[in-house]
This record gives sequence, C-alpha cells and structure tokens, in this order.
Amino acid sequence: MSADPTQVLAFETDCHIFDGCGFPSPGLHSFLFEPIWGDGDSSVYFNKTMLLALLGSIIIIGFFWAAFRRPQVVPGKLQMVAETGYDFVRKNVVYETMGKREGEKYVPFVVALFFFVWMMNLWSIIPLAQMPVTSIFAYPLGLALIVYIVWVSLTFKRQGFVGALKNFTGYDKSLGAALPVVMLIEAFSNLLVRPFTHAVRLFANMFAGHILLVLFTIASWYLLNGIGIAYASVSFLMVLVMTVFELFIQALQAYVFVLLTVTYIQGALAEQH
Amino acid sequence: MSPLLHIAAEEVQNPLVPPIPELVIGLLAFVIVFGILAKKLLPNINKVLEERRESIEGGIEKAEAAQTEAQSVLEQYKAQLAEARHEAARLRQEAQEQGAVLIAEMRAEGQRQREDIIAAGHAQIEADRKAAASVLRQDVGKLATDLAGKLVGESLEDHARQSRVIDRFLDDLDQKAEAAR
Repeated sequence: MSADPTQVLAFETDCHIFDGCGFPSPGLHSFLFEPIWGDGDSSVYFNKTMLLALLGSIIIIGFFWAAFRRPQVVPGKLQMVAETGYDFVRKNVVYETMGKREGEKYVPFVVALFFFVWMMNLWSIIPLAQMPVTSIFAYPLGLALIVYIVWVSLTFKRQGFVGALKNFTGYDKSLGAALPVVMLIEAFSNLLVRPFTHAVRLFANMFAGHILLVLFTIASWYLLNGIGIAYASVSFLMVLVMTVFELFIQALQAYVFVLLTVTYIQGALAEQH
Repeated sequence: MSPLLHIAAEEVQNPLVPPIPELVIGLLAFVIVFGILAKKLLPNINKVLEERRESIEGGIEKAEAAQTEAQSVLEQYKAQLAEARHEAARLRQEAQEQGAVLIAEMRAEGQRQREDIIAAGHAQIEADRKAAASVLRQDVGKLATDLAGKLVGESLEDHARQSRVIDRFLDDLDQKAEAAR
C-alpha cells in the first residue's frame, strides 16, 4: 500500500523531536498517492484509493453474498447480522421517511448507498489501508450526483414540467412581491447548492477525521525522543480515542448521507403546496 | 525532510476538484455493488423475510385454532361431566327409591308370609286339636260308657241313646271350658 514515496508517514523517516528536524505535519499531500499503475498525468492510472474503493465493493458484495445467497427462514449468525443491517436501513431510514408504500422501490438503492459509504469510511481505521476513500472528493461527489439525478428526474416524472419547476423554486403565490427573489434563491439552493453540500458534508467529515488521525499518529512517533516520550504517550492515547471517535463518525456520516438522500427523494414525491 | 515531500506539496491541487479517474472508479464500484444487491441478494432475502413472516403468522393462526379447539373441547368435556354427574345423581336417587320400594315390598311379603305361617300354624293346631278332641271324645265316651256300664252293671247297648248322652255331657264340658276361658 505504501510503495508510494510521496506518502511520507512519520515512521518512514527517522525524524524525531530534538534531532533538529521539523514536524512533518500532515496536509493535503496526505491525500495524494502516486499511482500504483499508470501515469498520474495522463489520467489513465490506478492508485491506492481506487484499489480501496474496488476492494471495499468486493468486501460488501462478499459479505452480503455469504449472508443472502442462500438465506434461511431460520437465519444463521451471519445472515442475522446482515439482516439487522438491512432492516435498519429499510425500516429506520426508508420507511420512516417515505413510508412503506412509496419507499419500497428505493430500498435497494438506499441500502447499497449506506453500506457503500460506510465501507468507504471504514477504510480510515482498517490497518494497512488507513485511508478513508470518501475523503477524496470524487467519491462522495459521484454518489451525490447519482442521488441528484434520481431525485431531479423523479420530480419531473411525478410532478410534470411545471410542477417540477414549482417544486424546485418553492413557488408560493402568497409571497407576493418577494416571490421572484424567493424563487431564485430556492432554485439556487435546491438545484446547485444541495448536491454540493450533500457531497461536501461527507467528504469534509472524513477528510478532517483522517487529518486528525494522521496528526496524532505522526506526533506520537515524532515526539518519541527524550522528555518527548511523555508527550508521545498522550498523543498515542489521542490516536486511540480518535480511532474510536472515527468509528462512530463513519457510521453516523453514512447514516446522514442516506437520510438526506431519502429526504430529497421524499421531497420529489411530495406535492408542492 | 524528504525532497519528494516538497514536490508532492507543490503539486497539491484543490481537494474539491475531483480527478476524473477516481470519479469513474467510484461510480463504477457503486453501480456494481448496487446492481448485485438490487438484482440478486436483496430479492433473495426479501423472499425469505416474507416466508418467515408468513410462517410466523401461520404459526400464530395455528396456535389460535388449536387454542379455540382446546377451549371448545374443554367446554364439551365440562358439559359432559356435568351431565354425567347429573345422571349419576339421578340414578342414585332412583336406586334409593327403588331400594326403598323393594325393602317395603319385601317387608310386606315377609309380614304376609309370617302371617300365613302363623295362620297355617293356627289352622294346624286347630285341626290337631279338633282331631284330638274328636278322638278323645270317642275314647272318653267309650271309656266313660265302659266305666258307666261296669258301674251300673248294665250295658248301655242302645247306641243312639248312649251317643246322645255322651255328646250332651261333652258339650257341657265344652261350655264349661268356654266359660272358663
């Protein structure tokens, strides 16, 4: 995984405090990887996050394949675990928001979305990988675009052209003179800002989480010299604390992502008043 | 610090500009996951969940049916038991009554037989007494006649007179006996 020379983690250097070398702080470069295969400039290449994205997909499919390929009426342990996850998304996210009748159709999409996002987040704390795929903006953006296409096309299909425009612009006659301004703001907010914030919310959370983890990890190593050892232990404790915290945030952000998704789809189905 | 790090840092681009290959791979990965889940695995589990729901509901229905049946059987049983008790009480009552009647009948029969036996006894005694009396009367008459003949020295040969005298005498005796009784 770390054949990449630019991915300078502290343990790959002999740099410690009081050795006369500066703190190798993490930054944007912590999210850049030299391609494992291909040329980084030609845009035909394969790198660590791509590998993790594909591996993660295989893990999700493998897990559900093992659990649901030949499901039993009386479930085994694995099937029970998978069913719990499936039921959680189905009932607590989809049915709760859209109702059983309208929501049924979107269950597979939302379930796939939830577990995909969660797995991509989980890479953050899986040893050797330790890189959340969703902290590369391309991945949450791609997912947010799919969701965007789904709910926008659904709005046109359900409400007709005029109805959809009213839906996007929050058309409301009672606003009077303020109506054009409100419509402009609403359209901007719904059609342009919404997919962007949807993607950024996930991306920024995972990005910040990864920075924090890398920061404390590097610091633990860097401080491991002389009196610094005392501080290193505190820093290492922070690594453990942040790992647990990230575990929570990863699940939470995956939940928030799909919750927003079903809210958008629900908005497309609802009549505009 | 490694010189490579400097190069990397200089090449850092805006993190909000997505590299196209990663976007493509991300979309591809999601579409594959979605496709396999939606086409194969989730329908699988949905079918089984539905089956399970049905079997649970079926089980509940069966249990309810069994309970209803048990209830009705219990009631039937109780009714039968009550009827049987009733019947038993009735039979007992009847038997008692019959017993009482039988006892009364037997007592009456016994009474009757006793009376018959007593009556027969009395009749027998009476007959015996009469026979004895008649024999006695003849013997006594004969003895008395013989004795009287010897005493008076003359044979009271005249049978008819003799009989009349003896009878009158005995009738006197009888009357005396009756009066004494």
